[in-house]
Amino acid sequence: MAGLKDATAIVGIGQTPFARQLPEDERTLACRAVLAALDDAGIAPGEVDALASYTMEETDEVELAKAVGFGDLTFFSKVGYGGGGSCATVAHLAAAIAAGQATVGVAWRSRKRGSGPRPWTSTAVQLPTPAQWTRPFGLLRPADEIAMLARRYMHEYGATRDHLFNVALASRNRANQNPAAIMYDRPLTREMYMTSRWISEPLCLFDNCLETDGALACVVVSRERARDCRRPPVYVHSAAQGLPAQHHGMVNYWNDDPLTGPSWTAARHLWKHADFIPQDVDVAQIYDAFTPLIPLSLEGYGFCGRGEGGAFTEGGALEIGGRLPVNTGGGGLSEAYVHGFNLITEGVKQLRGTSTAQVPGASTCLVTAGEGVPTSALLLRS
Amino acid sequence: MLSPVIDPEGAAFWRYAAEGELRVQACAACGEVRFPPRPCCPHCRSFGSEWRITSGRGRIWSYVVPHPPLLPEYAEQAPYHVVLVELADAPRIRVVGNLVTEAGAPLGSVPPERVRIGARVQVVFTGAGLPQWILERS
Repeated sequence: MAGLKDATAIVGIGQTPFARQLPEDERTLACRAVLAALDDAGIAPGEVDALASYTMEETDEVELAKAVGFGDLTFFSKVGYGGGGSCATVAHLAAAIAAGQATVGVAWRSRKRGSGPRPWTSTAVQLPTPAQWTRPFGLLRPADEIAMLARRYMHEYGATRDHLFNVALASRNRANQNPAAIMYDRPLTREMYMTSRWISEPLCLFDNCLETDGALACVVVSRERARDCRRPPVYVHSAAQGLPAQHHGMVNYWNDDPLTGPSWTAARHLWKHADFIPQDVDVAQIYDAFTPLIPLSLEGYGFCGRGEGGAFTEGGALEIGGRLPVNTGGGGLSEAYVHGFNLITEGVKQLRGTSTAQVPGASTCLVTAGEGVPTSALLLRS
Repeated sequence: MLSPVIDPEGAAFWRYAAEGELRVQACAACGEVRFPPRPCCPHCRSFGSEWRITSGRGRIWSYVVPHPPLLPEYAEQAPYHVVLVELADAPRIRVVGNLVTEAGAPLGSVPPERVRIGARVQVVFTGAGLPQWILERS
């Protein structure tokens, strides 16, 4: 069986501006991002025959297809679990194209999370499981659920707030190089971090991602077709989803080892099908709704051992020139929080050599979706 | 305050809690406990289950202190702590709850400096049948 390795490539990326509030609606933003990605690739909308997005995406395939004038669609897929689905949208398109079910795929995410209500404020649409076990006690928000694991992680392994600051700072430093980033002109200092207000102790304001309006998209085609596109292809080298046995989502409190999450499962599959190892990764885009997800993911994807994720961030390791530059566009913490789709497009920019914080000669990039929920990941190469 | 939105598998837990008992679901065939409750046993696939009484004792495995923005009734009591209690009888089961001075006391009734990982706690129940936790006297 041929498998997915380098069988497909991302050949187009597109995005709208990012802001706390944009005037246009989500459907219009989706159309703009998708058309920008197709233009970037040099592919006409009428050639698109496959779509993939998130179950939380509000613009459905019918609306998008008729608005931008797609051709006949033969594959369309949606992935669940919020930010855990980001990389899986590309993975599903890659699988469909490699299997012959489609030829030109578009993945996208459009979200007005800045303008819209915070999802946790809804008391009407909560799933009974596991909400009945958590919300009555005031564990209300994703930040609270992850902070619970973060406190235990810090207790068990000696990770500190300085380690979490290292994560926040690296993202902010990259955003300060990226004019499209919401935090482009807002430097972060340790003093600002250490004196900021708490959101859910041990997590402070700067441990939490932004709340952003914006949309992004990318175009996936076969490696053969990719040669004819406008930009150099960025190959999907390996792709994986991950839902570990006895996993409980962000409230992963009821199994042997709550601190071993979906990253470990996705990573096993990802590396099994790859021609290179973690130490060969030039740059990584790691899902960062909350800073502790970075050290946990560093462990999960094999960049360091269990419990070493905090220490890994020391000595500027996550900065340009460090052991593993991460989230080079500013990530969800400082560029835009659009369920991690900007991490995919930033990975493509790095491998094209066009990032605003370019890692010299980068030829391999790991992109991950959210740790702490059923997740997904991509290894990209130029 | 939010009341539990109870699903069919969880109903027995809350029924026992209303009677002042902390019980966990256990497989009627192989005896393995599981939480949250679910229709069949992930170890032996039996659909038979029973509700095993626990001692109601445990240790704080982790905790958080939420600050606003929060839902209004929680914001009024913030900052409060939410604890995750590892049950003495079933260490893989870590129950979310609040540490309070006595049954029915407000969420923030124990001073923050008294909360620490590893502290021994004992379950109590509010009048509405919601489990809470008090520090065990040492």
